[in-house]
Amino acid sequence: MTLLITVFAAVITTAIWYKKSDEKMMLGPLCWMFWGASIMWLVDAIFEYAELKAEYFTPALEDMINDSFLGLSVIALALIIWVVILLIKDPRGTVRAKLLKK
Amino acid sequence: MACFVVPGTEAIVVTAAAVLLKKYEQNRAQMKLHSDGASTEAPVRTGFARKLFWLADLLWGGVILLAFEHLWHGEVVPFFPFLTAATEGPEAVSEMLSEMVSVGVLMAVLVTVIWVAMVLVSAAIEKRPAPQKAEASV
Repeated sequence: MTLLITVFAAVITTAIWYKKSDEKMMLGPLCWMFWGASIMWLVDAIFEYAELKAEYFTPALEDMINDSFLGLSVIALALIIWVVILLIKDPRGTVRAKLLKK
Repeated sequence: MACFVVPGTEAIVVTAAAVLLKKYEQNRAQMKLHSDGASTEAPVRTGFARKLFWLADLLWGGVILLAFEHLWHGEVVPFFPFLTAATEGPEAVSEMLSEMVSVGVLMAVLVTVIWVAMVLVSAAIEKRPAPQKAEASV
């Protein structure tokens, strides 16, 4: 579930990046984060499949819930990192303008 | 257990190489500008340093999110010795090392292979003529 959720996040983020093509929203780091994690979890999944075989596709409900919760938490963490990068780099100058505003 | 350590190590090396290469490319571009005078109108292709940063970003992104997953599962702790397996005896350490060698190395290799494919595809895209805007129908 973690892999699946991250892959969906990667595809959606990449589609938005392609459509908007807006350097000032800095979607690039978010895409890299999701794709990097997706590739690494894919390797994890391959090894797990080699060990469990068909059982890999029928996880226990408790494991599925835990994995989904982890997947959502991972996305939340990635979004927080992206927002922090966006606010620190401030490509639109919004934060600077707010700070300088009396 | 600690498979993300291998791509993490690769990320450090790749980032250092990308930073050095970027400085080299900037110096070379400045020298060329001084010798040629005004810059030409030719489209600027993506430098290799920037492409190397793609690999670094992929690796760092994956490593950060995987480290969080390991923290979630209690395999990594935020205090010394950081890896839970290190406190569980030689058998756990041996299992951790074998996982690093198998899963970790394959993670690093797969990310690098995908990056190589991306570099080849991007080079092909750069050679392609720019798409023409569709003319408005009369």
